[in-house]
Amino acid sequence: MTMPFYSSVDQLLRDRSELARKGIARGRSVVVLTYAGGVLFVAENRSTALHKVSEIYDKIGFAAVGRYNEFENLRTGGIRMADFRGFTYDRRDVTGRMLANAYAQALGTAFVEQQKPFEVELCVAEVGAESGGDQLYRITYDGSITDEPRFVVMGGQTDPISTKLQETYEHGLELGAAIEVALGGLQVPGADPAASANGANAAARVLSAEALEVAVLDRTRERRTFRRLEGAALTELLPAANRGTEPEPDVAGGDDTPAAGGALGEGGSS
Amino acid sequence: MEFRPSVTPGLMPGHHTGQLGTFLTGSESFSDFVGVTAPHLMPGAGIGSAGATGPHPANAAESLGVPHGTTIVALTFAGGVVIAGDRRATSGNVIAQRDIEKVFVTDNHSAVGIAGSAGIALEMVRLFSVDLENYEKLEGVPLTLDGKANRLAGMVRQNLGAAMQGFVVVPLFAGYDTAISDPAQAGRIVTYDPTGGRYDENLGFHAVGSGSVFAKSSLKKLYDPAADLDGAVRTALEALYDAADDDTATGGPDTVRRIYPVVVGITADGAVRRSDDDVAAVVEQVVAGRTERPGGPRR
Repeated sequence: MTMPFYSSVDQLLRDRSELARKGIARGRSVVVLTYAGGVLFVAENRSTALHKVSEIYDKIGFAAVGRYNEFENLRTGGIRMADFRGFTYDRRDVTGRMLANAYAQALGTAFVEQQKPFEVELCVAEVGAESGGDQLYRITYDGSITDEPRFVVMGGQTDPISTKLQETYEHGLELGAAIEVALGGLQVPGADPAASANGANAAARVLSAEALEVAVLDRTRERRTFRRLEGAALTELLPAANRGTEPEPDVAGGDDTPAAGGALGEGGSS
Repeated sequence: MEFRPSVTPGLMPGHHTGQLGTFLTGSESFSDFVGVTAPHLMPGAGIGSAGATGPHPANAAESLGVPHGTTIVALTFAGGVVIAGDRRATSGNVIAQRDIEKVFVTDNHSAVGIAGSAGIALEMVRLFSVDLENYEKLEGVPLTLDGKANRLAGMVRQNLGAAMQGFVVVPLFAGYDTAISDPAQAGRIVTYDPTGGRYDENLGFHAVGSGSVFAKSSLKKLYDPAADLDGAVRTALEALYDAADDDTATGGPDTVRRIYPVVVGITADGAVRRSDDDVAAVVEQVVAGRTERPGGPRR
């Protein structure tokens, strides 16, 4: 039997953290915030098929950043779990808290026990009967779970976006105003993953409807509250500056990058 | 080294722990998933084993006296399809329930009416609805109309063992095919036999349940493919009235308790259950017409 060489637990976990953090920071960002009518998801996402935001259950939505195959698997599991619970007991017995806990358990276990942690960060949102009852749970790659009262920013360069939202966000915004606040965050200089590393000096971008994935958990809807805002309906809600329709050239849908940043081959160019 | 073993320990029947990891793998369809991981939750679970030991398995349903649902009608019209059912459940010669609901909106563009063994049928519809919604959420698009119809056929087929012992479930499926651009052609009706055989009703109307013979005769005379939604609702209620008129197990409109048939209209805009007030207004017209002409209207 070969002896495994020793490395400290502390070092192991730190390495995994770094890997996960780097992976998550490479993608584009997602903003989740509460507004007067429920919960709003705004993601920068050029793909119309590879979603970052999804419906889980009647009052529960899901947003994720990081590796698509990993969070897609988690999303599928969450939907099945919620449907199974609702079928076993009753639809009202499926809660965001239960689901957030399940995700935290799965991510936490994987982080400690596996070679490679999940490179994902999740947000489970639940819309309440009244505006005070909305819940946003943020679950990170190591299974840490936090309950955010106002908004959640995940993926890419979160710091400049969070700073911006701290200034502009307020409770009880109407939908159009809430979208404007979220866009203000995503468009802040330095949040563009395509820009160079010290892109803090770069000019602010203008994201059009094509570059956005927007959805809401709408409190006023009867049973399934999740609704995507697309096409003309979305453009109508965007601030005037974002209504331009010129598509950006050569931007692929989805933003997966190779694992470990596509480790360089000998003389490779990637 | 096994990659990430503890998160996906594999779905072994009977080892479902309820943790998220056990939901990450498994069958595509939700009902298959339930069938593998929690077979006791399937509609009619336990009947096969319980009934096999009994002396007269074929009479099991009768000896238990479980409620039976009765008549469901469906017909197409110029804008889609209408499905309606009476509100009675019977157990032998007794009315088991006066206000049971047997027509359900199962997703945006489909509805199912059920006749036969009520307990199993209600569970089947519940599972069917979750199955459709589960697929829609996982894939981002709903099943096609034929996909839904086949899914329901599979569920009826699974009930064959119970059906042999008298617990027969006969669903009637109505849906609007969003892939067809002409609304007059988009309304579809599908019927089933207890072996899971699936039959598309291309003549535009059908009925199932104990009163179906009378309802179908009525529909045959009154059916008008060019009718609008209100006209189709009226025809459906006339057919249910005729069924209740001649079949003891079918309930007529109960104006004393204000219990009226459940009516669902499915158009391009979606499946909508008509409000009780809406249905009451039409029922009053039907009853008023019958006081003039007990045999019902002529088209």
